[in-house]
Amino acid sequence: MSFDIAVTQLFNGVSLFTILLLMALGLAIVFGLMGVINMAHGELMALGAYTTYLTAKFFEEHMPSLMNVYLFFAIALAFGVTFVFGYVLERGFIRWFYNRPLDTLLATWGLSLVLQQTYRSVFGAQEVSVPLATWLSGAWTVSEGIQLPLNRIFIIGLTALVAAGVYLILHKTRLGLRARAVTQNRAMSSAVGIDTNRVDALTFALGSGLAGIAGSVFTMIGSTNPGTGQLYIVDSFIVVVFGGVASLIGTVFSGFAIAQAQTTLEYLMSGSMAKVSILLLVIVVLYFRPNGLFAPKMRS
Amino acid sequence: MTLVQKHGEAAGHAATAIALLGIIPLALDAFWINLVGKYLAFAFVAIGIVLSWGYCGILSLGQGIFFGIGGYAMAMFLKLEASAPELPDFMVWSSVEQLPLWWEPFKSLGFTLFTILALPIAVAFPFSYAIFRKRVSGVYFAIVTISLALTVNVLLVGSQGETGGANGITDFRTLLGWDILGDGSKRTLYFVEALLLLAVMALAAALVHTRFGKLLIAVRDREDRVRFSGYDTAMIKAFVFSVAAVLSSIGGSLYTLQVGLITPGLIGAVASVEMVIFAAVGGRLSIVGAVLGALLIGFMKSYLSEQFPEFWLFFLGGLFIFVVVVMPNGLAGTLQRLVRFKA
Repeated sequence: MSFDIAVTQLFNGVSLFTILLLMALGLAIVFGLMGVINMAHGELMALGAYTTYLTAKFFEEHMPSLMNVYLFFAIALAFGVTFVFGYVLERGFIRWFYNRPLDTLLATWGLSLVLQQTYRSVFGAQEVSVPLATWLSGAWTVSEGIQLPLNRIFIIGLTALVAAGVYLILHKTRLGLRARAVTQNRAMSSAVGIDTNRVDALTFALGSGLAGIAGSVFTMIGSTNPGTGQLYIVDSFIVVVFGGVASLIGTVFSGFAIAQAQTTLEYLMSGSMAKVSILLLVIVVLYFRPNGLFAPKMRS
Repeated sequence: MTLVQKHGEAAGHAATAIALLGIIPLALDAFWINLVGKYLAFAFVAIGIVLSWGYCGILSLGQGIFFGIGGYAMAMFLKLEASAPELPDFMVWSSVEQLPLWWEPFKSLGFTLFTILALPIAVAFPFSYAIFRKRVSGVYFAIVTISLALTVNVLLVGSQGETGGANGITDFRTLLGWDILGDGSKRTLYFVEALLLLAVMALAAALVHTRFGKLLIAVRDREDRVRFSGYDTAMIKAFVFSVAAVLSSIGGSLYTLQVGLITPGLIGAVASVEMVIFAAVGGRLSIVGAVLGALLIGFMKSYLSEQFPEFWLFFLGGLFIFVVVVMPNGLAGTLQRLVRFKA
């Protein structure tokens, strides 16, 4: 393998890693931290993507001069919309299923079907895509043989930002402190005066909002259709489970490991075989470490 | 206790037998009988889900894999017969020159039937025993199985030349020289399937009423206590999961015979989750309910996706939510409550 190919492979791996991480971050909070299994998480990403699509449409018609920066508004808006949707969802739906994980799974699967059909009825079954800002198209030519697409570089930067943000929220703010307290010991948190219902709703909303950001960013690398969410959901779950639930660091590492392994294997064999190998590998690792790579050592 | 309540279950089985063997064949024409046969194939899967999920608490979202084992094994046999002595058409299209080695044994019906019954066990038992030994259960098991279903689907679609890819395997019409597409033979096939289903129902009901059945419920409710009492709970769970797998596989092979094709779409994650709703709607603790659920949802799917294609997913999604929220024990549970209430 020549140097150029190695660098390109590494970059592809890092790029896929940031995409996986962006997908899994929201789920790491909702599923990992709160233990809520939300099969409609992918549809929340689709909601973010469709929000971005509508924002792009709006800018195209009313403020074409700002088309180059619409993405920033779109990402913020996608976060806002899915955050509010997540809040309402938790208050009106999810909270009735706490402590019934299998029922949550089936009910949210039902919800995901309803949302998919809603998207199909509203936006049509065909794919929609958004125009890429001019400063994001093209590639950065490092050397003769190495070309790195700008939009991927942008995603890498943005993911780093989002991941840092999530870390700061969870570890440096009151909400984060409360969220972690509630997940560790609900009864005790309640006893010391934390409004656990509110914390649940906000934490779930935060996870949903992250899904919205992910969906919004994915419009830069692919088009969106009503079934988009389903493509992501299983992958996201695998990343979170592999890393070990209740471990944000674990999610980061497992995203990195899976992404590097996948890009390397894709270089060696066909795409579908690579995917199959990864899944089997993950299952084997889970067999030896049932709680994931970074399982917290504490009593439950 | 009223008579209805006491003999409710036996009555349910008897009513199903009368409906399947008497009313349906007399009242419906060949087209509808074939349709019923198609949905009954899913009833086998649903009974398996009732046993593993309802009684033992193992929610598998990968039953499509086993459905696929049965379906594909049967389809491979039929396809080889249909295209003999040449290669199956899809192989020719993908310029596969020689019959893949693993296709060879499927020239024999005996081997095919053996595969349909044995391969699901060979796959399900070691896999699930290993997993249950590690005390992976509940949601995690569901996630592992759904990702396996996805994997198998990707694998089938990806290897066009050997499995027919996304189109699956189709275009066959004889079983050992016997035309399976004619109206008369469809009727015969239907009766074979109905009798097999009734036998499976009886066996499943018998299993549930043994001591072992009580053990299943105990594992579902307090697995640790059962383990502390000295039982190998992983073995119990792996056993019931394997039973569910074989039932799925039988269902798949009958589906291929009834419908005349098998596609990867029936194996993937979405199809596998859909299979759970059959059992959930009918009642996760009721074997008769599972059959009822499979028939009901099957017909609703055919009807709605033809008449109101927009509405089908709303309906299915709503049904998932409705069943979980309002009818956790499904139709059978609701019926039981009504009977008890009136008595």
